[in-house]
Amino acid sequence: MARTDVRVDATPGGGGGAAGAVRPLLLSSRASRNLKERLIGAVLFTCAGISTLVTAGIVAVLLGESLLFFRQVSIVDFLTDTRWTPLFRDAHFGILPLAAGSFLVAAGAAVLALPVGLLTAIFLSEYAGDRLRGILKPLLEILAGIPTVVYGYFALTFITPLLRTVFPGTDIFNAAAAALVVGVMIIPTVASLSEDALRAVPDSLRQGAFGLGATRMEVSTRVVVPAALSGIIASFILGVSRAVGETMAVTIAAGNMPNLTVNPLESIQTMTAYIVQVSKGDTPHGTIEYQTLFAVGMALFVVTLIMNVLSQWVLARFREEYE
Amino acid sequence: MNGTPVRVGATERDRRRHRRGAIFKGVGLAATLVGVVALGVLMVDILRDGVGELDLAFLTSFQSRFPERAGIKAALYGSVWILVLTAAISFPLSVGAAIYLEEYAPRNRWTRLIQLNIANLAGVPSIVYGILGLTVFVRALALDRSVLSGALTLSILILPVIVMASQEAIRAVPSSIRQAAYGLGATRWQVVSHQVLPMALPGILTGTILALSRAVGETAPLIMVGAVGFIASTPGGVMDRFTVLPLQVYDWISRPQEEFHALAAGGIIVLLGLLLTMNAAAIFLRNRYQNRL
Repeated sequence: MARTDVRVDATPGGGGGAAGAVRPLLLSSRASRNLKERLIGAVLFTCAGISTLVTAGIVAVLLGESLLFFRQVSIVDFLTDTRWTPLFRDAHFGILPLAAGSFLVAAGAAVLALPVGLLTAIFLSEYAGDRLRGILKPLLEILAGIPTVVYGYFALTFITPLLRTVFPGTDIFNAAAAALVVGVMIIPTVASLSEDALRAVPDSLRQGAFGLGATRMEVSTRVVVPAALSGIIASFILGVSRAVGETMAVTIAAGNMPNLTVNPLESIQTMTAYIVQVSKGDTPHGTIEYQTLFAVGMALFVVTLIMNVLSQWVLARFREEYE
Repeated sequence: MNGTPVRVGATERDRRRHRRGAIFKGVGLAATLVGVVALGVLMVDILRDGVGELDLAFLTSFQSRFPERAGIKAALYGSVWILVLTAAISFPLSVGAAIYLEEYAPRNRWTRLIQLNIANLAGVPSIVYGILGLTVFVRALALDRSVLSGALTLSILILPVIVMASQEAIRAVPSSIRQAAYGLGATRWQVVSHQVLPMALPGILTGTILALSRAVGETAPLIMVGAVGFIASTPGGVMDRFTVLPLQVYDWISRPQEEFHALAAGGIIVLLGLLLTMNAAAIFLRNRYQNRL
C-alpha cells in the first residue's frame, strides 16, 4: 500500500540520487546514516526472528527427550496402555488416564463456558446499552486477569466443600470442582472473542431482518449468530484449548491420581498436573521419570497446537465477508 | 430496547414470538451475570478468609513452619524482582519485533510465517514454556534456579502478547503521518522513532502492563524452573534463588492445615492488590491517551 511506495525511496542507499544532487555536502553523513539504518533494521529483524527461535526451541526440547523416552517405551504402549504408573516398580506408561483427566476437566469446563460465553457475547453485543456494557466488560476483563492459582484456592476451599454437601461421596480432590473453576476461567475468552465476531457483522443485516418484522431474538439467533459462526466456533476451540492447557487450578483441585474414569466426583490427574508433580520432586536428569515429563509435555503441546491451528483455519476458511 | 411493539391484529403466534424474545433477553442477562457473580463470590470468599492475616508482620516476615510467624517477604521481593527483570527483557525484544513486522518487514512468506508463529505461541500452555525454561535456561545455559532463569522464561511466555498488542498500536498510527515525515526526508528509523513510536507508545505500554500482570500471576512455569515456596531470603542479584507470590500461595494451599489456607488467602489478597494496581495503570493509560489520534 502507501507504505510500500514510500519504502522504495527510504531504502538505505536506494533512492538517494535526487536528494544527493541537491545537497552533495551531506554525502559522508548520508553514508553513516545508511549504515545506522541498516544496523537498526538488522536488530529489529533479530527481535522478530527470536520468536521463531522460541518455537524451534520448544519443538527441539520436547522432541529430543521424548525420543529418548520412546526408545524405552513403545509409542503404541504409550497411547494404548490404560495405566500410568511411571514411579512404581511395576511401571506402566500409558497416557490414557492423564489424557482422560484432561479431557474430563476440559469437557466439564466447556459445558459451562461455551453456552454461557456465547450468551454473554450475544447479550453484550445485541442487547446491552453502552452504559451497561461499560460496566460488564471491565468486570469480565478482571475475571480473565485473575491468576489460576487463585482459582485453585477457590475450587479447593469453596467449590469442593459445596459439592461435598450436595454429593457426600465426592473426593476431596475431584475433577468437578476443577472443571467448574476452569469453566469460569475461560468464560471471558469465549465471550470476548465471540463478541468481537458478533460485532463485526454489519448493521445492515440486522436492519434488513428488523425491517422484515423479526424480533431482536430472531435477529440475534438467525441472522447475526450464523453470520458470525466462524468466529464463534474459533472462540470455542480456543477456549477448550486453554482448558486443556490449564495447570494450577487442576493441580490444586483435581488431585494427583491418574485415573481412567468419567466420574467427575473422583480424584484424577491431568497431563499438566502430572508435569507439575514430577518437576516439584527432584527427579534426576536422564532417568525415565524425567523423560516422561517431555513425553507428556509433547502430547500436551501437540493437542493444544492442533486446536489452535484448527481455530485459525476455521476463522480463515469459513469467514463470511461483508465488504 | 427489546420491544418491537405488538401491533393491533397481532396473532397468537406473534405474541408467542415476542414472549420468547423477552425470555431470551433474560437468559442472556443471566448468563452474563454468571461471570460477574462468580467474580463476586470469589472475591468475598478470599477476603473473608484472608483479611485477618494482613498486617505489617505478614508483609515483612519470611516463610515459617509456624503459621502465626509466616509471612510473604521473600515472595513479595521475588515478585518485584521478576516483574522488573521480565519487563527489562521482554519489552525491548517484543517492541522491536512489532516494529519490524509493521514497519520494516517485506510482505512475503517469511513474514507471514513469523506472524503465524507468534499467533501460535500465544496459545501454547504456560507449562510448556516451563519445560523449555528448565531445559534451556536452568540446565543448558547453567543459569540454575535463579531469578534470571525465571525472568527469561516468563519473558518468552509474554513475548507474543506484547508483540501483538504493540503491532495493533503501531498499526493505528495514521499512514499520513509517516508519509509527511518521509516527505521531509526522514529515514525510516527517524520516522519510526520520532513519529510512530511516540504516538503508539500508550497502546504499547497498556499491552505491556497487561502482559506483565499475567507474568506476575504465573505459577506453573516457575515451578518448572525450580522456584520453591520455602525460601528465607530475598534475592540480592539476578543469580540468586527466589520465590514469588503465586508460588508462596500454592505452597500454603498444598498444606493440609487450615491455618496455612488462611495465609494463602492473605497472600492472594496482596497478589490481587498488586495486579489490580497494574491493571488500573493500564486502563488509566488507555483512557488518558486513546482519543489523541
